[in-house]
Amino acid sequence: MPACAAGSCTVKAYSLIKSMHTIFLIIKREYLVRVRKRSFVIMTILGPLLIFAFYAIIGWAAVSSIDQKKVAVVDESGRFTNQFKNDEETTYSYEKQPLSVAKKSFVKQGYDALVFIPKDVIERPKTVQIFAQKSVSLDLQNNIERAIGKEIETIKLSEAGITQKVIEDAKVNVDAQTINLSDAGEKNSNAIATTIIGYFCAFLIYISVFIYGTQVMRGVMEEKTNRIVEVIISSVKPFQLMLGKIIGVALVGLTQFLLWITLTIGLFTIGGTIMGDKVDRGRQAMQTSGAAGAMAQGPASAEVKKTQESAVASVMRAIDTLNIPLIVACFLFYFLGGYLIYSALFGAIGAAVDNETETQQFMFPITLPIIGAIAVAQFVIRDPDGPLAFWTSIFPLTSPVVMMVRVPFGVPGWELALSMVLLILGFMGTTWLAARIYRVGILMYGKKVSYKELSKWVFYKG
Amino acid sequence: MNILETHHIVKQYAEHRALDDVSLHVPKGSIFGLLGPNGAGKTSLIRIINQITAPDSGEVILDGERLKPDHIKRIGYLPEERGLYKKMKVGEQLLYLAQLKGLTEKEAMEKLKIWFVKFDIKTWWTKQVEDLSKGMQQKVQFVATVMHEPDLIILDEPFSGFDPINANLIKDEILELRDRGKTIIFSTHRMESVEELCDHIALINRSHKVLDGPKRAIKEQFKTHTYHVEYQGTLDDLPPAFEVLTTTATDDNFQRTDIRIPPDAAVNELIRHLLDRVAVRSFGENIPSMNDIFIQAVGETND
Repeated sequence: MPACAAGSCTVKAYSLIKSMHTIFLIIKREYLVRVRKRSFVIMTILGPLLIFAFYAIIGWAAVSSIDQKKVAVVDESGRFTNQFKNDEETTYSYEKQPLSVAKKSFVKQGYDALVFIPKDVIERPKTVQIFAQKSVSLDLQNNIERAIGKEIETIKLSEAGITQKVIEDAKVNVDAQTINLSDAGEKNSNAIATTIIGYFCAFLIYISVFIYGTQVMRGVMEEKTNRIVEVIISSVKPFQLMLGKIIGVALVGLTQFLLWITLTIGLFTIGGTIMGDKVDRGRQAMQTSGAAGAMAQGPASAEVKKTQESAVASVMRAIDTLNIPLIVACFLFYFLGGYLIYSALFGAIGAAVDNETETQQFMFPITLPIIGAIAVAQFVIRDPDGPLAFWTSIFPLTSPVVMMVRVPFGVPGWELALSMVLLILGFMGTTWLAARIYRVGILMYGKKVSYKELSKWVFYKG
Repeated sequence: MNILETHHIVKQYAEHRALDDVSLHVPKGSIFGLLGPNGAGKTSLIRIINQITAPDSGEVILDGERLKPDHIKRIGYLPEERGLYKKMKVGEQLLYLAQLKGLTEKEAMEKLKIWFVKFDIKTWWTKQVEDLSKGMQQKVQFVATVMHEPDLIILDEPFSGFDPINANLIKDEILELRDRGKTIIFSTHRMESVEELCDHIALINRSHKVLDGPKRAIKEQFKTHTYHVEYQGTLDDLPPAFEVLTTTATDDNFQRTDIRIPPDAAVNELIRHLLDRVAVRSFGENIPSMNDIFIQAVGETND
């Protein structure tokens, strides 16, 4: 500022510092009051515990359900020896007994089911029978049907003159990998991981806009109904009070997220070690029981292990290919931006009304865009580069949710920049609007406000 | 020397004009009564002085300077609609409010200690506001208003919610603050406390200033040149210049008559006539009470 005299510059700088100091005092109070609340402490501890408990139960159920079924096979055709592959759930043993004997004794011998393959299975495939005391799982039935079907197919093909070699070549195990083409070259990507991360982040933003936006609204209403607001704004500008509250609550939100993330990671690290042991033990038990089976189980169970490992590895690979720093940075930006753009509006509602019930009529129209955004997000996941995705991820009231869904899929730099700039402008716009309503509303008691009234407030002077 | 002057303040709210050309002069070291019926515009004026809102036109001068943001720490304001953060501890809350007024934490602490000793409320420091009675909260609120030692203290209905003992305590505080050179603007409907405390008043009715000046001068202005006399005997042949207004019998068999004299007549003349005719027990001038002045002034402007 070369135009201003040294003195006036000092005064300006001084008053700016004072005003910053005032806002800082307000932020501090808003932050401390909330963080010290018992409900905050409880939520912060309970959140990760609930997530952990949820996963622990799922994990536990998964581990416990690895309950091996033993299936006896009576193969009169003699063509299916070793054609049934042992897997995590089932071990097959081949019995030489005739069906009538096997039928009576398989339960006593510890089998859960008995598969009978007649001599003329090739000609009459529907004669295959499965006996069991309890009903057989659909999975098991499918596996058996598939294995038999495949073998019959092979036999028929070779009878038709197609060599074993050709058949082997034709049996390609398709484990599709989707490849992202980008400047950096080819990358593996896993569409599921991308979708989950994007949607999860978007949903988190959606939820936090409501949780923390409502906190801002309640805070404003509390000051208004407590009548402390007039005392406060005889010391500070209404805008400072509103901004201080919004930032204070934002910091509460960030603190809560940070604690959640730390606690969750901590819990999963500890819990993971314990659960990991359990999984390993389960696997060992499986191998031993497999080895005790009539047939050689070694290679089969090694294969099981290999597929498990490769599944984990492919998820890890997928996560590696995602631009994690970008996603984290975008998450923080859109979390803050989304929160700020809405919390200003929530604050204005709090200022305009006298009690909680009156908030309803204003809450709905204001939250409509973000509710719409989370609904649109499901379509955006399927088509992350379509026109719907583009426009809703540019529009500031929906972009925090929709853009977050798109970011893990990769978004052109200019779109991201445009969306961010518009979000900042949008936030400034809603804050301006909210401040106009706020400064009038907080001093207005016992008056039921309408939209017409609110629009008048916006144009009141000073 | 005036601590506060307002010049031609106008404040318009949509279709309602809250203040119309209101000019006031509040002398330093006075207790200034700002009077007026409900909805007259008092609160609007007070909010402008506190920079909560800005006037559409006109200006406010505090201690010779145009009102500026920095002035907030020289003003202490106790609004009529008052309250505190219910979930905050008393000490913490007062420290916060003091810091918003520009005090450092250390300064605030020192000043608060003095007040806590003075009001004998030391044990309240760590109490939640919601655990205090309404009267106790009012005391805390009063401390919040004056703790930063403002030069100008604006009290809007300060005695509402206080029991007589605490009201008296606050009254003594107000007088003590005045004696220490502070100025108090005092907005109330209770005319007896105006009568008791104020030395200057201004009356606002329907957005306009109707009256202002030293209380004595205003009473002088409103006096009706009527006198009352209590006596035994009959008083029916006074010269026509002395207008007998009413005569009533007192409880103890005396008569009481109100008499108006012409503005240029001497009171001694009336006394002489009275002494000639009846046995006088007491005699005095009917000085209008603030209540009378209020009702009369508001009534006149409403007509």
